[in-house]
Amino acid sequence: MAIPELKESFSGVVFPVTIGTEKEEVFGGENTLPFHKFEGEIPNRPLIAYEIQDIAPEDWPETVKKVYEGVSDDPVKWAKYCEDELKARAIALRLIGTHPDQKDLSADDAVNVVKDVLSAVKVPLIILGSNHVEKDSEVLPKVAEAAKGYNCIIGKAQEANYKTIAAAAMANDHKLIAMSELDINLSKQLNILLTQMGFDKEKIITDPMCSALGYGLEYTYSVMERIRLAALAQNDEVMQPPMFGDVGMYVWKIKETQASEETLPEWGSLEERAVLWEAMTAVGLMIAGAELFVMRHPKAVELVERFVDEMI
Amino acid sequence: MLIIGEKLSIIAKRVREAMQKRDKGPIQEIARRQAEAGAGMIDANIGPAEDGGEELMEWMVTTIQEAVELPVCLDTTNYAAIEAGLKVHNNDYGLPMINSTSNDPERFAMLELAAKYNCLIIGLTVGKGGLPADEEERAAIAAEIMARAMEYGVPLENLYLDPLVLQIATTQEQAIKVIRAVEMFQQLNEPPMKTVVGLSNISNGCPKHVRPILNKYYFLMLERVGLTAAIADPAEMKEAMEEKELFEKVLKGEEIEDKEKMTIMKKTIDVIEGKTLYAHSYLEM
Repeated sequence: MAIPELKESFSGVVFPVTIGTEKEEVFGGENTLPFHKFEGEIPNRPLIAYEIQDIAPEDWPETVKKVYEGVSDDPVKWAKYCEDELKARAIALRLIGTHPDQKDLSADDAVNVVKDVLSAVKVPLIILGSNHVEKDSEVLPKVAEAAKGYNCIIGKAQEANYKTIAAAAMANDHKLIAMSELDINLSKQLNILLTQMGFDKEKIITDPMCSALGYGLEYTYSVMERIRLAALAQNDEVMQPPMFGDVGMYVWKIKETQASEETLPEWGSLEERAVLWEAMTAVGLMIAGAELFVMRHPKAVELVERFVDEMI
Repeated sequence: MLIIGEKLSIIAKRVREAMQKRDKGPIQEIARRQAEAGAGMIDANIGPAEDGGEELMEWMVTTIQEAVELPVCLDTTNYAAIEAGLKVHNNDYGLPMINSTSNDPERFAMLELAAKYNCLIIGLTVGKGGLPADEEERAAIAAEIMARAMEYGVPLENLYLDPLVLQIATTQEQAIKVIRAVEMFQQLNEPPMKTVVGLSNISNGCPKHVRPILNKYYFLMLERVGLTAAIADPAEMKEAMEEKELFEKVLKGEEIEDKEKMTIMKKTIDVIEGKTLYAHSYLEM
């Protein structure tokens, strides 16, 4: 007796998002669950961007800091290294130096870094603020203007500062990361508020807030999974933007990526452990539905790319 | 349908102040207004009332019953305060109700009072642990409460099972499960068990203009599956009953003349049934 083929197809589709100019990258666009290519179309690979910063990454753990030794003191050199040596498909520049508790760099300082990096690389740029609500609403509008014409992603707009940041992204034709704090209903609400101010929903990237494996990953996973089901099964338009996993930042501050082999010999090789931790966190969120990632360690990126090769 | 007026609650600033000052004016005015809007019972929520709860509940019951010829729903976790209220309650206006017992052993004593004073009692279907996950868990707890009520000598017709309405803004999937629980509770006995909800919690945390809309239509969805009583705003429930016929049409997928109202009803039904994801601006999408 023949076994009936059970396939689920959905009415909704995730918006495809194109970024960059000289070199373009597209992510999203699928009408099925992650890697369910037997049930629908998955026209684009998830996109992993290498994370760089406007200031030297002094607080990064040694394991990942040493990878960028000799280039990480200069964002332009760092960006070029990612593009030329690591073959980065995209770069995420985090303006962490603008945070008042860091170097409190000005919006003009940030503009200079952004301009320098943009003219040095061809791959698309994701420009991230320091996650300081007030400072981001001061810095991000200026860098969005400075990056006009480069089709970047600006982030992150939150409930408390979305208006200024979204207005700047809209005026300068960028895409926008909208972040809410691990609450699917607030995530939908923020996307509604953005569309109500005239922001094109097809230019939003939803960030339901990342967390590392062992540190609440299951919450992010669950919210992402439900957002994706709302997008596909309920055809909920405001939930149809692709999703973002800010993986590196969350993974490289936990014990598992830092504890030495001397302190915890039973945990095995630090580098292997840390790289796997970043890769597994990203893979977890990819299976939940995320399409855009920011990561730090090249070996972790390579592992995730290999996983995608096998799955897609 | 029994509407238990919810407005005399210690959570409201005006009520709290009147309780503190023993100022009968505002309490009686609010009681009267709720009676005029159709309340069949008045809830008196005095909070945990650890100090002076007995005297406060006595005062509340007599104050309310001076103003309206209705029974009172005694709403506190303070056992002694409940008993004090029951002693002064005028049962000529109907049996008083205890709010509430549950499957938490600390609340079993309320059943003793319900038996001793022959009054109505709400059985909240929660245990000592976390919140019930779905209608099955609620029904299982309900069955335990029913067994315990019989043990204590409380007739099942005096027990009102409460499935615990949760906030749609944070636990949307529970909204439909509560409706199913109200259906299931009735099947636990013959004649069917009575049911009650603390209705307005559905819209707790929602924008002010959305709250009455969710309250009204959630009420109508519960009412059509056989809900017996609701602790709610009687004015809102009166409006809900006036819209009942239109709402039934919209539920059946029929067109109604007022297209704006139809859209609001449809969107609210979809959110309650979990067909669209709740967001504070769900009506604007």
